[in-house]
Amino acid sequence: MTADKIFKNPKNLKRRKFVNSLMIFLCVVASVLTILPLLYIFIYTTQSGFSSLNIDFFTQLPKPVGEEGGGMANAIVGSGILLGIGGLIGIPIGILSGIYIAEYSKSFLASAVKFTTDVLSGVPSIVVGIFAYGVIVLTMQSFSAIAGGFALGILMIPTITKITEEMLKLVPQSLREASLALGVSRWKTTLKVVLKTASSGIVTGVLLAIARAAGETAPLLFTAFGNAFWQTNIDQPIAALPLQIFVYAISPYEDWHRQAWAGAFVLIFLVFIVNFLVRFVTREKYS
Amino acid sequence: MIYEMFIDSSESIEKFGFGFIFSENWDPVKEEFGALTFIYGTIVSSFLALLISLPISIGVAIFLSEIVHKSIKTSLSFLIEILAAIPSIIYGFWGIFVLAPYMRTTIQPFLQDVFGFLPFFQGTMYGTGLLTASIILAIMITPIITAITRDVLKAIPVSQKEAAYALGATRWEGIKMALLNARSGILGGAVLGLGRAIGETMAVTMVIGNKAQIKASLFEPAYTMASVIANEFAEASGGMQVSALIEVGLILFGVTFIVNSMARLLIYSVTRQS
Repeated sequence: MTADKIFKNPKNLKRRKFVNSLMIFLCVVASVLTILPLLYIFIYTTQSGFSSLNIDFFTQLPKPVGEEGGGMANAIVGSGILLGIGGLIGIPIGILSGIYIAEYSKSFLASAVKFTTDVLSGVPSIVVGIFAYGVIVLTMQSFSAIAGGFALGILMIPTITKITEEMLKLVPQSLREASLALGVSRWKTTLKVVLKTASSGIVTGVLLAIARAAGETAPLLFTAFGNAFWQTNIDQPIAALPLQIFVYAISPYEDWHRQAWAGAFVLIFLVFIVNFLVRFVTREKYS
Repeated sequence: MIYEMFIDSSESIEKFGFGFIFSENWDPVKEEFGALTFIYGTIVSSFLALLISLPISIGVAIFLSEIVHKSIKTSLSFLIEILAAIPSIIYGFWGIFVLAPYMRTTIQPFLQDVFGFLPFFQGTMYGTGLLTASIILAIMITPIITAITRDVLKAIPVSQKEAAYALGATRWEGIKMALLNARSGILGGAVLGLGRAIGETMAVTMVIGNKAQIKASLFEPAYTMASVIANEFAEASGGMQVSALIEVGLILFGVTFIVNSMARLLIYSVTRQS
């Protein structure tokens, strides 16, 4: 077929060889181009973030404009609360739908769920934010941590579902058969044998989803809203680390930029650690 | 659990109805013009990003799947995975403080010198604007297009390439054949990246300049659907503005839904064959 087309013209070998090395060289250039911004962002954030990272950053409240110092303690706690609420919603739904897709994959509904999850993973996070606004903020008549957590929870579902499904597929079929042959019921087999075998993979998937949700800003703008003070009531507006970074980054104050870089560093560090962990666990699994 | 998924989808249907009902008592004459500039900004920035990102992504995917040794391959894939995992707020932050000044002082003057006769590269150089936003978007969508292209290339039978080599093809000619066979999957990856770019909010909001206008020059600030929602939603004064913004969100949702479904179907069609 195409091979015929390619070799019909045996012009000169030199030209073909030149094209060959040129294209391969371009591939190498493309790879370098891709890695460059990553390294740049990583090094830049580390440089400007690490130097402004201090105890105050983790323990102090934000100071009013014009005063030096202060920290993002409320935002860090706020992010924790938001992720907790999000996890309560996203983790069970994500794992359960992952189990359904992997264990009952023959049914039409399972492929429908799989397709929905794939599409859900492509829905812009800001649209999820509007959805949370419509469902929770409008009903409660107030921006709240619940609304922010709800949005983050929805964003966690596709990642968790996907990884649960993949991890369950790695569990050998013989294990399931052995358990069923011993007369164990299907749901107990799934729960006690299959899930247990895949648990470390699923945990890393959950961590990955949490790390991803931790950096989400767009859906929090009009759900959690942000707050300059301590707030632990979940029906009140609450601060979050990425929100705080956003507000500080677009502000004109040098000191706020410094702190925003510190926040960015914390976020990148979190992402890096979790990804490394995931890599580590999945590699053990495959070998 | 099945019920859970159903509840999820029924909720989005409910949202659908929500924006729809509200959009009826909303002044169309004024707002329709508004939405057009946002749609324009979204389309131009995402397609430009795809234009920049696609050749690079394919290059990286070829490098990963065909050329490089296994030990470099794993670490390079890992780095690219991390690139995909960095929060968009950090891209935006980096865009404001590093990329935008660099664009203003180096890249934009260069483009104007060389291609200044084209309307795309004329006008004032602010640093922020459509072009900067597109570059940030390109960086952000490269990992996903790369990952999918790599998977699709992996799904192409090795025997085809071996046959080509056996007939005396150079390495690139073998790769070219694989690319030809994988084209619909690669297209799927590109469309998926496009969907990502359309919905990306924070990074774009921070570097695009946020000015509702349609100008030919890529140096000019613009506005996208996602960033107008991000900027105005929390401060929207009346029900009217909120419903208009929800309507914009609805359009955004519809567009990304169609784009993503298309991409998934394209990718499924290739991976299922193998």
